[in-house]
Amino acid sequence: MNPLEVLRFALRGLAADKLRSGLTTLGILIGVGAVILLVAVGNGSAEQVKKSIQRLGADSLTVSPSTSGGGGGRGGGFGGPPGMGGQSQQQRTGPRTQARDLTAADASALVGKAAPSVKSASPVVTSQSVTAGYSGTSVTINQFVGTTPSYFAAANKTVASGTPFTDADVTAGTKTAVLGSTVAEELFGQVDPLGKRIDVGGIRFTVAGVLKASGSSSSSFNDPDSIVVAPLSAVQATLTGYGGLNQVIVQATGADTVDAAQSEVTEILNQRHGITGSAAADFTVSSQASVQSAVGESTRTFTVLLAAVAAISLLVGGIGITNIMLVTVTERTREIGIRKAIGAPRGAILGQFVAEATVLSLIGGVLGVLVGVVGSRFTIVGVKPVLVPSSIVLALGVSVAIGLFFGGYPANRAAKLRPIEALRHE
Amino acid sequence: MTAEGARPPVLDVRDVTKVYGAGDTAVHALRGVSLTVAQGDYVAVMGASGSGKSTLMNILGCLDVPTGGRYLLAGTDVGRLDERRLAILRNRRIGFVFQSFNLIPRMSAQANVELPLAYGGVRAAERRRRAQAALREVGLADRARHEPNELSGGQQQRVAVARALVTAPTLLLADEPTGALDSASTADILGVFDRLSETGRTIVVITHEDEVAAHARRVVRLRDGRVVEDVRRVPEVAR
Repeated sequence: MNPLEVLRFALRGLAADKLRSGLTTLGILIGVGAVILLVAVGNGSAEQVKKSIQRLGADSLTVSPSTSGGGGGRGGGFGGPPGMGGQSQQQRTGPRTQARDLTAADASALVGKAAPSVKSASPVVTSQSVTAGYSGTSVTINQFVGTTPSYFAAANKTVASGTPFTDADVTAGTKTAVLGSTVAEELFGQVDPLGKRIDVGGIRFTVAGVLKASGSSSSSFNDPDSIVVAPLSAVQATLTGYGGLNQVIVQATGADTVDAAQSEVTEILNQRHGITGSAAADFTVSSQASVQSAVGESTRTFTVLLAAVAAISLLVGGIGITNIMLVTVTERTREIGIRKAIGAPRGAILGQFVAEATVLSLIGGVLGVLVGVVGSRFTIVGVKPVLVPSSIVLALGVSVAIGLFFGGYPANRAAKLRPIEALRHE
Repeated sequence: MTAEGARPPVLDVRDVTKVYGAGDTAVHALRGVSLTVAQGDYVAVMGASGSGKSTLMNILGCLDVPTGGRYLLAGTDVGRLDERRLAILRNRRIGFVFQSFNLIPRMSAQANVELPLAYGGVRAAERRRRAQAALREVGLADRARHEPNELSGGQQQRVAVARALVTAPTLLLADEPTGALDSASTADILGVFDRLSETGRTIVVITHEDEVAAHARRVVRLRDGRVVEDVRRVPEVAR
């Protein structure tokens, strides 16, 4: 009785009830496919977030008011371009001196002899969900940013057409704006937006330029291209008021001086805000690396969660196999008796049923891998899935193991039957 | 036709007992049966239901183990064999024919007949050749591709006989082989048995029909788990 023979018996057994075999296979298929696809989606969204953080530039730092403190009077809420929730560098326990807002003066103090590693510091005020209109069309802009021209380099924004505004514009408070690609497209369509005037809450801004598309995430939620950048003074005068800044974006002289720049910035701001000794800082300086690790942490949790859901469906598929094999063994008890009566050794019976279960799970597993791999070529809820090879190996391995173990129990029960008992079974 | 020469008898049953259950509810199915069957004999075991003939058949076929006594099959003490050896013994030494045919559904007649050879480890080509020969022997060579549900009862039983013969077993064991058949099919099967007996096969048939027993050379009667009669007679070959 060679293994090939046993396998042939198993295939014949499976072919006897194609619908049942098909449905059981489907259970495993869905389980394996879900594991691969969901892990790929989790991985893809992690990559996407990583990319959008990288867009900030490897050499930039974000200074934001400490959210746990009382530096009130800010208009637009916290946060700005992706960069909130960064790891705090200055969080200490202890009494807080009166918290101060970040000001434009703070930003300009960060550039100069005291901070040789800092190339530029751009004050940023942000107004979120602003409605802008042009000749009857209106769109909601995720972020309306007021800043200085150095922001473009620090935040890695490139102007595709037109020109960015100048320092003179900032000083004069000129109402000129650079549009993100999404905004430009939605407001103007085919029309050239340069020189046109858009209406923002009754105030007219002249379009000076359009930003290059950042090229990721087409989902409307958290679209980095749904942005308008305008001179700081103009935005403060019209939208946010003259409260504290939302952020200061600091650009270091190079990627290798980021750490030096971080400590310089911290020191200068401590001095300016009168923070000494054990007093808790009223600001946070976060580098891209720290933001990335914090966001990475949360996306990893997300991926694990997805994988857990998928693993449960794989387990359910495995239970389906056990169930079907138990039914099969019960149904075919008489057949087992006949086979034993004509001299089938125990190993052959055991082998046949284990092989049936394994073939079921293997076919389901392979088809599941196929579905997972093909499915990951499509964009799912705005995320481009990225396959994780280990998840394919793991899912396939688990499905085969499920076949062996979960099929083994009913198979063993079948093989242990005494021929006379099996034959009497009706 | 008793044991001749040095050759051990095919069946040598010595004082075999079988008890089902225990204590007050114990049922004594066999109360000490001794029986010797020589090579080439054709024996009918008769008895009313409850006489213990089915229990005897199961023990002879190594499907069940006796409670007491010894059973030697072609000189081998069956009681001493482990499960694996019993399976080999059933495969090589015994051919079974059941009352209810017991063919495996959804497998062609050919595949059913090949099955014992597959478990015996015979190569595929050899298997096909021997299965075809066995089917020809029972007159069903043209039905090899049919599945059991496409065959009549008599044809199914002939396939079962072919399956029992294909390993060239020492003993052909039939349990009420005509119990589920009409008279024409019964005559068919008995004709096959007669031919097999003429070619020297050892056959033990368990039955309660005199018509079947009439073909045998020796009739053993069981009552209440004991042999009450053992007569040798000249078979009246039908037709």
